[in-house]
Amino acid sequence: MLDITKDFPGIRANDAVTLQVEKGSIHALLGENGAGKSTLMSILFGLYQPDAGKIRIRGEDVRITDPNVANRLGIGMVHQHFKLVHNFTVTENIILGLEPRKGLVLDTKRAAKRVAEISKLYGLDVDPDAKIEDITVGMQQRVEILKMLYRDAELLIFDEPTAVLTPQEIRELMQIMKRLVEEGKTILLITHKLKEIKEAADTCTVLRRGRLIGTVPVASTSEQQLAEMMVGREVNFHVDKKKAKPGEVALAIENLEVKNAKGVMGVKKLSLEVRKGEILGLCGIDGNGQTELVQALTGLAPIEGGRVLLAGRDITKLPVRKRLDLGLGHIPEDRHKHGLILDFRLDENLVVHSYGKPPFAKYGILDFEAIRKNGERLIDEFDVRSGEGPATPTRSMSGGNQQKAIVAREIDRSPEAFVVAQPTRGLDVGAIEYIHKRIVAERDKGKAILLVSLELDEILDVSDRIAVIHAGEIVGVVDAKKTDENELGLMMSGSMRKVG
Amino acid sequence: MTKAKNDKLVLSLVATGLGFLLGAIVIIGTGKNPFIMLNAMVFGTTGINIAKGIFNARYIGEFFIQAMPIILTGLSVGFAFRTGLFNIGAEGQVLVGGLAATIIGLGVRAPSIVHVPMIILGAMLAGALWGALPGFLKARYNVHEVVVTIMMNYIGLHLNNHIVRNIIGTTDGVKTAVFPKTAMLSSEFLAGVTNGSRLNWGIVPTVLAVFVFWFLIEKTTFGFGLRAVGFNKEGARYAGMKVERNVMTSMAIAGAFAGLAGAVMAIGTFGFGRTLPAAEGYGFDGIAVALVGGNAAFGIMLSGLLFGMLKAAAPLMQSAGIPKEIGSIIQASIVVFVAMKYGLEKLLVLMGRKSREPVEGSAV
Repeated sequence: MLDITKDFPGIRANDAVTLQVEKGSIHALLGENGAGKSTLMSILFGLYQPDAGKIRIRGEDVRITDPNVANRLGIGMVHQHFKLVHNFTVTENIILGLEPRKGLVLDTKRAAKRVAEISKLYGLDVDPDAKIEDITVGMQQRVEILKMLYRDAELLIFDEPTAVLTPQEIRELMQIMKRLVEEGKTILLITHKLKEIKEAADTCTVLRRGRLIGTVPVASTSEQQLAEMMVGREVNFHVDKKKAKPGEVALAIENLEVKNAKGVMGVKKLSLEVRKGEILGLCGIDGNGQTELVQALTGLAPIEGGRVLLAGRDITKLPVRKRLDLGLGHIPEDRHKHGLILDFRLDENLVVHSYGKPPFAKYGILDFEAIRKNGERLIDEFDVRSGEGPATPTRSMSGGNQQKAIVAREIDRSPEAFVVAQPTRGLDVGAIEYIHKRIVAERDKGKAILLVSLELDEILDVSDRIAVIHAGEIVGVVDAKKTDENELGLMMSGSMRKVG
Repeated sequence: MTKAKNDKLVLSLVATGLGFLLGAIVIIGTGKNPFIMLNAMVFGTTGINIAKGIFNARYIGEFFIQAMPIILTGLSVGFAFRTGLFNIGAEGQVLVGGLAATIIGLGVRAPSIVHVPMIILGAMLAGALWGALPGFLKARYNVHEVVVTIMMNYIGLHLNNHIVRNIIGTTDGVKTAVFPKTAMLSSEFLAGVTNGSRLNWGIVPTVLAVFVFWFLIEKTTFGFGLRAVGFNKEGARYAGMKVERNVMTSMAIAGAFAGLAGAVMAIGTFGFGRTLPAAEGYGFDGIAVALVGGNAAFGIMLSGLLFGMLKAAAPLMQSAGIPKEIGSIIQASIVVFVAMKYGLEKLLVLMGRKSREPVEGSAV
């Protein structure tokens, strides 16, 4: 159905990549961040023009100059971040852009009927009259799928579709994808999660650094082999760690209440304890109070009620700098917004907390030599790869190396308690492996670590104990070794409670 | 020099070149010789009149007189910008600085060595207050500084006019009495060297201000914090910096630079307080100067000199039959070209690629 050969000589985002997708199959596109997956898809969707190569659909050469052309050719994309109007109904969202009319008035009834038909055909089970803000994230994603089907898309591109879903929802999505293929649609699945590929895809194309590594049948390839193709070396999935030796409580959260951006309580009377020498994983579906909790702990959001104790000391009302000085480490969820000043040099970013203290400054005057040396030391120790060493503009670095820089800075400050939020989001397997290793090493040094993550695998793999958050409340605290995805998933969706 | 700084410089130079080119085209369009403009520029800055073969050092002095206040207002706008703030209020800060200079100049009797620093510090303090208020409103209540500083310009103008006219009193409805000699920055030496121009010791605090800007922003922990806030407020907050306090202090310092401009003009250029029918535009020139100067200390000094040259050349062009508005056209087009940064960068890259391509080809 498709035969794409692309070459980007300047940046080499895609270096003569060929991708052939058979009609009626689920084809996975696997690659690390920056491997060229997005570029390739953007070309297919008409957002970029290829420098060389061509696209062929159903044997015919086509030129996709913009997304409208792509739509007309039957290519639809389910974006990672949904593009939905929240106070519109499902039907209104679906018909947005090609509203059916009866004279001058909008004919939503007819549209709703068609939406219901399509929904039934593919087993999507979506209520056409529900408002987007009232339905779950999983349902919203189905609305996105419906949108494509309503536009008669034949080839559906799913961009990291499972990032926002619970394990149960992921399973349902897989079923929907299979159903779509049965009905003759074709699916292109972009992901870096090997498990999903194994579960759903028929064929898998692997990209690495803009180059095509190979296209393999999924059934006869193991996860390990896929990972090696993706990274280019052997990968260790499992985090090797010794048994935790929890000590005294380092970080205590008591009846914490925090408002969210909408001004309502995002965290409700939440209590948790993190001990020295243990990793407490906090899992939950995105938007259940994790961000608010992390910001309240680190001083970025005001605390409405309750207390936070760091090594027995009340830090509830202290400003950010004070908390940091008292031994709180924070690897923030959003490395671009919080973790880094992207327009600073790398070595400047490595001292954003401590630039005012010796040896980096004396009498308020910066010692750039000391800052540079510190940068060199951390770059070396944490294997941060950057084009120009300490002087590299942080913006120009890859996501994995930016994250390594943050991890380097935080670990080097040697805090007693770490709040680690989404440490591996968007990173490739190699970087994930490294960051997990460093986190476990900190635990073994006797540090207390609160790991907040949306990735269940990460939580299960790295944590010693797991707390589940739902609607701003802790609905369960379990031993990481005695639980599984199913149990956590049920708690995450709020349908089960288990404390103890 | 880092690559980024280098790029900025090239960009400003190209924009300046294009601005002059456009000015020359407009002059040709009016049927005049663009050489007249060039001559006026050279004459206005160096005192050498190529066409007539004469030299008059007075023009050098007057050139600096034009450049000094806009360098200072450029520093004011640039300083705030480094913290991510738009100080549109340099105009008003200049006015209250001048007013403070007038009050201290006329109201205090002291020897020169005390009087002059007192006036300068007073004017800077007044400007700082005028800048700190919008800074406070921004930090505390998130009121946008652009709106507040624009309004503060009007308040500054009418406050100045009211106090000068009704409290200090004027001799002719416009000027106050002349300041005592102890209050003045004027220098017989500098005037003498420049053939009786108005050039004065104001040049010293101006150059000092450039160094202070550079030192504060580039070398101190304080400047590090300001730059961090300017680039990424949330990132700075995460790192434990006091974002709100930085916003306020940055605006206050910006105001102090502009206040200094007010003092330099009052006790250097004029020697008396004035009422004004409308703002004179030093603050707005400052925005252009900061923009073209890339918000860096020495860049601002250079672009201040450039715009000072255009201002100094304007009357000379007029006397040679070219409308003085040509100067404004050039100034405006330079600003537009700098603002078209991305388009211009693309153009430079394209030109660079074209000239490089054959080389690459021959290598293969």
